[in-house]
Amino acid sequence: MALKRETYRIDVSNDVVRVRQVARSWAAELKFSLVDQTKFVTATSELARNTLEHGGGGTMTAEIVENGTKKGIRLIFDDQGPGIANIELALRDGYTSAGGMGLGLSGSKRLVNEFEINSEPGRGTTVTIIRWK
Amino acid sequence: MSAFQQVIKANETAILSGWLSEMATSTRRTDLMGDTEIRQQATELLRLFTEASQTSSDVQSAAFASTKEFLKDVAKSRMDQGFTPAETALFVLSMKQPVFNALRDAMKSNPSELVTEIWAAGNLLDKLSMLTVTNAIGFRELTIQRQQEEMLELSTPVVKLWDGILALPLIGTLDSARTQVVMESLLTAIVDTNSQVAIIDITGVPTVDTLVAQHLIKTITAARLMGADCYLSGIRPAIAQTIVHLGIDLTDIQTKAKLSDAFALALQRSGKTVVSTKGSAPKPKEL
Amino acid sequence: MDRIPILKVGDCLLVTIQVDMHDELAMSLQEDLTSQIARYGSRGVLIDISSLEIVDSFIGRMLANIAAMSRVLDAQTVLTGMQPAVAITLVELGMALPGIKTALNVERGMQLLQEYMDEGPEPEETDGSEA
Repeated sequence: MALKRETYRIDVSNDVVRVRQVARSWAAELKFSLVDQTKFVTATSELARNTLEHGGGGTMTAEIVENGTKKGIRLIFDDQGPGIANIELALRDGYTSAGGMGLGLSGSKRLVNEFEINSEPGRGTTVTIIRWK
Repeated sequence: MSAFQQVIKANETAILSGWLSEMATSTRRTDLMGDTEIRQQATELLRLFTEASQTSSDVQSAAFASTKEFLKDVAKSRMDQGFTPAETALFVLSMKQPVFNALRDAMKSNPSELVTEIWAAGNLLDKLSMLTVTNAIGFRELTIQRQQEEMLELSTPVVKLWDGILALPLIGTLDSARTQVVMESLLTAIVDTNSQVAIIDITGVPTVDTLVAQHLIKTITAARLMGADCYLSGIRPAIAQTIVHLGIDLTDIQTKAKLSDAFALALQRSGKTVVSTKGSAPKPKEL
Repeated sequence: MDRIPILKVGDCLLVTIQVDMHDELAMSLQEDLTSQIARYGSRGVLIDISSLEIVDSFIGRMLANIAAMSRVLDAQTVLTGMQPAVAITLVELGMALPGIKTALNVERGMQLLQEYMDEGPEPEETDGSEA
């Protein structure tokens, strides 16, 4: 059950900046602490860049979710790119397919409370994260 | 409309007095709650229950909304008064016997119907009592959560030892939530006081396991990223042994056995010494 | 296309990153800095990030690259003013930026660079702790 829901396109690198700002303003709206905001925005940045560079562009859907007394933000990054063949390997620290430092997926997983990834080669990738307040 | 609702409606007064005497023998806590209050609560709950059960036998339906709301208030006030969750549940459960008695008297001639109706009424009361327990525990959780937050605030004092030198004396067990608060308050204090050195003293930390060590290393790494040095002091011999046995790597971290040693090092690094002004002044402390 | 300004102060280059950078902007800063170090023969680079609200792995990598590249060109890089929340997040992300010297603010960063330049060109690893 989502209390608020928006979807944003991620097609160029300026969109990564824009979804970062969206993540920031939503986190501020839910009164996340400064450190939690920073972690959440950083994770958003990593995953949005993944969507852009590995998925060839896609969307980010943001939702405010509730679980009992606590509120949180769920972000869903969706692309129709080549997908990931070996998710376990992709989640390992230091694994990189694009010449980065290999901290995009594994690092952002450590910055959020819930992290789920679904991918099939040729069908694209969906990453869902939740950060609770 | 099944029959137990009609029986309850017809015998409201008898059930109430039966319920009250049942509570008086089994579940009363005269030390916590007076007669008048318990009578009021029982009367109100029975009225709401009778009313709701006339239209529905599903606790989730809208008919039971006011009953549930009332039980929530009951749970809250009982928890505040010091009842246990079990005692709070018994308040609802003790209604069973007088209700069953009334059913037995009304359906003497038809045992199979009696069983069905007792089952239906019992089921409903069980659900309501479960709801009461859930509420009671929910309130308790809120209290625990609040206390945890208060404790976190109390437990992380950052003290200034000298211009540019901070100390964080840690006492008690370090878990993830506490470490984050500790980390934040130390790093914020470094910026606020423009301090070059911070000393984390773990004399009061009972054990250092892999997780605690990782938390400490993270804090020290974060301080370094901001441009401050962080020393670790107060490492007791037992903890030093544990650290080595667990294979925790502290080679990149400046450690000292005592807070005073770490402070002396911090003074030395910032180009200061301590000298005695009395008698034959001893040499400045060697490190 | 917009660019991050680089100030030349004596033997040093000074950069203050104040905007939420997109990736191309970060890449162009990296290129501009290295070419200016070579051009002026600069001995020190100071990058102030006190107004940056986040540093993700891309920006972190760029900072590490700048430090490594300037070292090759015989210049020392100092990173100043990282916010506590940013530092905590970077550590959690797994980026400790081990090769970069850091300082609390621009003033101390300049001191650090000055000390380095006074000492002479030989590289030394004191892990940010100046005597």
